[in-house]
Amino acid sequence: MSTDPPADGPSRTLGKHAVKIDGVSKSFGKTVALEPVWLKIRRGEFLTLLGPSGCGKTTILNLIAGFLEADKGEIFIDDELVTQVPPHQREIGIVFQNYALFPHMSVTQNVAYGLRTRRISKAETETRVREALDLVKLQDFADRRPKQLSGGQQQRVALARALVIRPRVLLLDEPFSALDRNLRTAMQVELKEIQSRLGLTTVFVTHDQTEALSMSERIAVMSRGSIRQIGTPTEIYDHPQNRFVSTFVGDANLFSADLLRKTAQGARLGVGGTTLDLDTYQDDLPDPGPVTLFVRPEQCTLTAPDQPGAITATVALSVYQGSHAELHLDCPASEDGRVMLRVPCGEAQDAGTKVGLALPQRGPAIYAKEGGPE
Amino acid sequence: MRKTPLDRVLDWTGRLLLAAILGFVMLPFVVVFIASFNESAILSFPPRSWSTKWYVNAFEYRDFGLGLVNSLKIAAFGATLALIAGAGFAYVLDRYDFRFKALLNSVLMSPLIIPNFTIGLGLLVLSAAASLPRSTWLVVATHVIIVLPFVARSVYVSLRNFERRYEQAAESLGGTPVHVLWTVTLPLLLPGLISGGIFAAILSFNEFTASLFVVNQSTKTLPVAMYDYVREYADPTLAAVSVMYLVVVATALVIVHKLFRLEKVLNVD
Ligand SMILES: Nc1ncnc2c1ncn2[C@@H]1O[C@H](COP(=O)(O)OP(=O)(O)O)[C@@H](O)[C@H]1O
Ligand SMILES: [Mg+2]
Repeated sequence: MSTDPPADGPSRTLGKHAVKIDGVSKSFGKTVALEPVWLKIRRGEFLTLLGPSGCGKTTILNLIAGFLEADKGEIFIDDELVTQVPPHQREIGIVFQNYALFPHMSVTQNVAYGLRTRRISKAETETRVREALDLVKLQDFADRRPKQLSGGQQQRVALARALVIRPRVLLLDEPFSALDRNLRTAMQVELKEIQSRLGLTTVFVTHDQTEALSMSERIAVMSRGSIRQIGTPTEIYDHPQNRFVSTFVGDANLFSADLLRKTAQGARLGVGGTTLDLDTYQDDLPDPGPVTLFVRPEQCTLTAPDQPGAITATVALSVYQGSHAELHLDCPASEDGRVMLRVPCGEAQDAGTKVGLALPQRGPAIYAKEGGPE
Repeated sequence: MRKTPLDRVLDWTGRLLLAAILGFVMLPFVVVFIASFNESAILSFPPRSWSTKWYVNAFEYRDFGLGLVNSLKIAAFGATLALIAGAGFAYVLDRYDFRFKALLNSVLMSPLIIPNFTIGLGLLVLSAAASLPRSTWLVVATHVIIVLPFVARSVYVSLRNFERRYEQAAESLGGTPVHVLWTVTLPLLLPGLISGGIFAAILSFNEFTASLFVVNQSTKTLPVAMYDYVREYADPTLAAVSVMYLVVVATALVIVHKLFRLEKVLNVD
């Protein structure tokens, strides 16, 4: 390791953070899996690592668990420096996507594994295994082999096996992505309940933004080996700090705009032949010039095509979604020529209809043009 | 889907070809099988009258019995040692990175390209130079060298396909590396290890060339005993031995096959 441990040594009183990742990076040969990353996970927090496949989520989990050695940086669990501690001494619970239940052991033996390695008495082991199986509602399956269980049941065994050791941190690597949709939703609720009941520090990995938004207290959005934004689901959804986050989480309409000048409240922009005075939360506005304007579908409203201040567009396609309809518009002001918005089913329009598009004063964000500094 | 005439022709050509290949492979055995029941003392084909006396003769000929016992003993010890060494070697090769790894790999795999008689001769010269007795252990050592690469390769392949997540889960649950090896890795690799061991035993049981150099009268293996016999006599006893020989090896193979199905019984993936 390149960095020395802190001079005062690891403290034993439990601080605010259950996990602290301090400038940790990892490469495999020439592939940079993880740029130096700083991340503090609070005690009892449900934190999600969200990002596309290959962005380094599993690498972070493997580093926390100790399956990989960091190239640089330090990792602390409960304020204890664990960078050099082997996995079996880290007291971490892990649930993998493919469950990794021991196929040659029964459900009970699987769950008891972590207690037997700790040489816990037979009586206590029995009690704790029973409690853990109760927790995941699998009391009646104790003697089955993993192969005799459904995917959802196997995942619950994996959860019980990880929880029974009372881990300091629970790590879950895309645990539900192999399950079908209904089961996945049910398992999400179940996990969330168990997690908050036990007050368990949890790091959850997923590439599914809906899952991340619905379960997490905080989300760290990742791309290409680095964390692009950390925040609550609301912060991430409402105030994405960069183009990547805005398009990866939720739907986004991106307009080509001109930043004319910065104003007291925000900025004045030229977009689609009209001017827009924007109130903005951003403290990192790009310099005047060509910019990208980001607007959520639900922030756009349809108007008459000739309404002053409206951007002109033409309906290209209307997609019925049950609860609402998605209107896809051809719009020259959009970066990709398309704009999407949702309307009540009754207000769907036929293809070819000319419409106007009004943008709100509050909500949209301004990013530097693609390719420029973000 | 309906079959066109061309499909049918191809179908039948395929079947005939398969039958021809099977027939060709089986031909030596069929000939030997028939010859073993030949009444006449001259190894001729096809036989004019039939008898089972050569089977009786095979059992009564002392060297065959001795050879069989030796061969079984050597195969058992050799396969066990080769399995332990090969599995350990494969494990180190799969899990660790070290200098000279490639070199070690090629040294251990070299028996695959070095002819068996060279290995036999080498060990013979070595044992003579070190004035070691030509004991059963010398033969065992020879066989270990010959079958080791095969065993190591087969274990290595199982290890490459081994799902590391099982071990990681066990480690996260507090299992020390040795405990995990013992309670998770080995049990899951066991069917592969056992069939690798039986495979090694069959190779050892069949080995002739190298054995010829390192055996003496009392450590003679069955194939060497058969070779010695055919140099003196030309009667069908040897055909009878061959038939029995094949039965033994085939039984072993059936056991291997059963073990593969045993995996399902054990609920191992
Ligand atoms: N053992 C490995 N050897 C080589 N490259 C790896 C290895 N593990 C991960 N990588 C690479 O590191 C990057 C990040 O991988 P990973 O953390 O698994 O991504 P994610 O879990 O977000 O899909 C990917 O480009 C992947 O190909
Ligand atoms: Mg992953």
